[in-house]
Amino acid sequence: MAIEADVVVVGGGLAGATAALSAAREGVHVHLISAKESTLRQASGLIDALGYPDPDGRSPPLANPYDGVDDLPDGHPYRVVGADALREGLALFDDAVGDRYRGGHTDRNALVATTSGRAKPTARYPRSVAPGLVSDDRDTLLVGFEAATDFDAPLAAERLTAAGVPFDVAGATIAFPGDYRADAAVTRLAHALERDEDAGNGRSTRQRLADRVRPHLGDAERVGFPAMLGDAHVEEVRADLSDRLGAEVFEIPTGPPSLPGIRLEDRLFEALDEAGVSMTTGNPVVDYETDADGDIDRVIVDRNGARIPYDADAYVLATGGLVGKGVESDRDGPREGVFGCRVPAPDDRMAWSEAGAFADHAFARFGVDTDERLRPLGSDGEPEFGNLFAAGGVVGGADVAREKSASGVSLATGLVAGRTAAEEA
Amino acid sequence: MSDGHDTHHTDDDCGCSDAEATRPAGAGAVPDGGTATDGGTATETGGDFEPVDVFGGEDMDLRPGADSCYKCTSCDTSCPVAEVDDSFPGPKFQGPEQWRLKRKEDTEIDDSITGCSNCMRCDGACPSDVPLSQMHNSARGEYVDNQMDKLSREYVRNRILANYGTLARVGSKVPRLTNAVMGNSLVQKVNEKVLGITAERDFPEFADETFRSWWKQRGGPKVQSEEKRIAYFHGDYANYNTVEVAKALVRVYEEFGYEILVPDQRCSGTPMFANGMLDDARRSAKVNVENLGDAIENGYDVVASCTSCSMALRQEYPELFDFEGTETVSANTYDALEYLLVNENVIDPVRAVDGDQLDLPDFAYHAPCHSRNQGLDRQAVELFRHLDGVDVEDVGDSCSGISGTYGWKEEKYDYSMEIGEEMFEHMEHAEGETGMTECPTCSMQMEHGTGYEINHPLEVLEKALVETDVEV
Repeated sequence: MAIEADVVVVGGGLAGATAALSAAREGVHVHLISAKESTLRQASGLIDALGYPDPDGRSPPLANPYDGVDDLPDGHPYRVVGADALREGLALFDDAVGDRYRGGHTDRNALVATTSGRAKPTARYPRSVAPGLVSDDRDTLLVGFEAATDFDAPLAAERLTAAGVPFDVAGATIAFPGDYRADAAVTRLAHALERDEDAGNGRSTRQRLADRVRPHLGDAERVGFPAMLGDAHVEEVRADLSDRLGAEVFEIPTGPPSLPGIRLEDRLFEALDEAGVSMTTGNPVVDYETDADGDIDRVIVDRNGARIPYDADAYVLATGGLVGKGVESDRDGPREGVFGCRVPAPDDRMAWSEAGAFADHAFARFGVDTDERLRPLGSDGEPEFGNLFAAGGVVGGADVAREKSASGVSLATGLVAGRTAAEEA
Repeated sequence: MSDGHDTHHTDDDCGCSDAEATRPAGAGAVPDGGTATDGGTATETGGDFEPVDVFGGEDMDLRPGADSCYKCTSCDTSCPVAEVDDSFPGPKFQGPEQWRLKRKEDTEIDDSITGCSNCMRCDGACPSDVPLSQMHNSARGEYVDNQMDKLSREYVRNRILANYGTLARVGSKVPRLTNAVMGNSLVQKVNEKVLGITAERDFPEFADETFRSWWKQRGGPKVQSEEKRIAYFHGDYANYNTVEVAKALVRVYEEFGYEILVPDQRCSGTPMFANGMLDDARRSAKVNVENLGDAIENGYDVVASCTSCSMALRQEYPELFDFEGTETVSANTYDALEYLLVNENVIDPVRAVDGDQLDLPDFAYHAPCHSRNQGLDRQAVELFRHLDGVDVEDVGDSCSGISGTYGWKEEKYDYSMEIGEEMFEHMEHAEGETGMTECPTCSMQMEHGTGYEINHPLEVLEKALVETDVEV
């Protein structure tokens, strides 16, 4: 026996979650397996579709991501699945997250201020981030905390000013109210704000925070904090602080651990539950067995030493790229880690990378090569398995970090991989 | 996978009296699939090259995994203690950083290691496979062995809590008397004052008859089978306190045609790991590995009804000990519900039950941390959603806060309740007013925080499948 489903999705990030939702929508029973807690919690929570189709061309950020798809190189996942898949993937996302996100009203990218003081083109952004858009011309105060060293507010303000944003922006660093460790976890501070804990002198955290920000306010009509204004009740915290300050409060997405990422994870996994998807997190897929046709019969999950078989008719591979560890590499070359699928790479190892940290590195595009149905292809150009479909970072051909396309690639390929897997089931 | 990690600790390094039986921290569970849990050394060392060969066999402790930490702080974010206790620096400090600091001579283990509740959530959070809980267990063991005053109130108290089973063995001989004494508020006050065991909690009541004596009286197994055989690891709690859970396991498994063996056994060791009593844990583990190993040799798979017990046998034993057969026990141990879901068709019979006819309430389900870490946090809700008329609602992913012995310590009690607050709130908002969980101490905490009665999924399964005429 084994644990049975129609479709098994391997991977619990954005691509895996999208594939699972997409397959479940086709009416099949899906089981999602994630080796660790979802990588969504490491992510910014922003949904980039395509910001820079030609990063070397020094072109300005792309106003409409769909316009850039044709300029991408052959073999880019967007070229394989088509711009409509991106559109449908974003629609599926919008449907799953509801009013927690903004940006779905237009095809255009929005420019979101980052913690390093850049304006990042992105397709969807959390509601709590919305008032901070760089296209908005209200004067702005950025506030950082001494304890949260990832965000240097005065420096970010300086950079935004240098970038020519259409508003005045100032930055201030203050001490977080209350008596916390100097290196307190952002989640600890977020919970203090959410629960509005007693911060001493008979006053609450939010009360004292507002008091400390007020002297820096000047003419600012909006105030940006690093994204740690509570967890589940961020809107309540934001409304309260806005009220106290008389200026609209917003969040600036941070690096990990990322509250917007954690909130997104919570919501997407809730949507998976509502869609009847079964889920197992915390254990890696370590092996697989094939049937007489060479298709995948079952995958084997290692549960602390015990080998647990999961059976399905079709499988989605959504384990991530080099950074996500779906693609492994050593001196012999890169390969896909679970099924050993071929990952094309230059024979000459020196050609894997270029000089310069942000250059056009070959390794950044490493991943499996697929057909239009997203089946990974072997060196003979034939699908490695008839019932395996790839999605997200494990699919090669995109340099998502430079293009600002990681989430869009996950959504577009996740949508198609989930749907085609469901057809196979 | 090479066995290149088999370089032993020196006594000083691991701080244990029985270094022969101890593998280096990090030598971790390496399942047949060849995936290491020790920070990926198996996959990252290509070809025949094995870094430890360079050093030519002298004693050392590489503590693999420390270098895989890239300080993303995912572990700190997931740590329920760091969220409420400002004096606790979090799992990243207790693992990789403590390790590096300690490399300097004359630097001792930081005493904040005793703040860790051993929920092991950090393991599941780390994207880099750093064996955090293993590092914490080793560091705590070393701290207790070398730095803790053995006459201190804290040491005595922790030793008593860690060896609950020993007390239970005595107390359960006269259950009514023990219950009366331990339930006495004066005794509780004395326990708090003298020992530092909180008076806020009600001591768990002993059953009138232990599971083992019931089993003996019953004449052992009622089903014989050559193919379907399980060895039941009941642990101390199901034996002395929640005997009905153990009985439910027997009835459910016999319904599915299993021959059940109840081998001699000791405590799984979980409370001992959590208190750094590694010598006590080693003695228990040795007995368990021997007896369960014998059962496995005779065709039995090991099944536990407590997820901390299965966690100990599966993960902590191979991480901390190297008795012969440890890996075999690890690879053949399962949670009770998990094993049925893998090996039997449970869903169809559950679906066939007319749930409305059953005397079952709706449930507020909490997944224990040690079930979450094994990837079992969804199994109960996903199984029982097929049971008509009975609603099982997941009350969220927060830790219950009790973490075995943690919430029994007078100085930790308030933190324990603060951690549990989110779960209590979710339970009260849930439709069901009966709780459900696999873990006996989570169950205690759920009851303590909400006043709800708490069931084990096996008890629900028993009601659904054994007490009805459904064909399984």
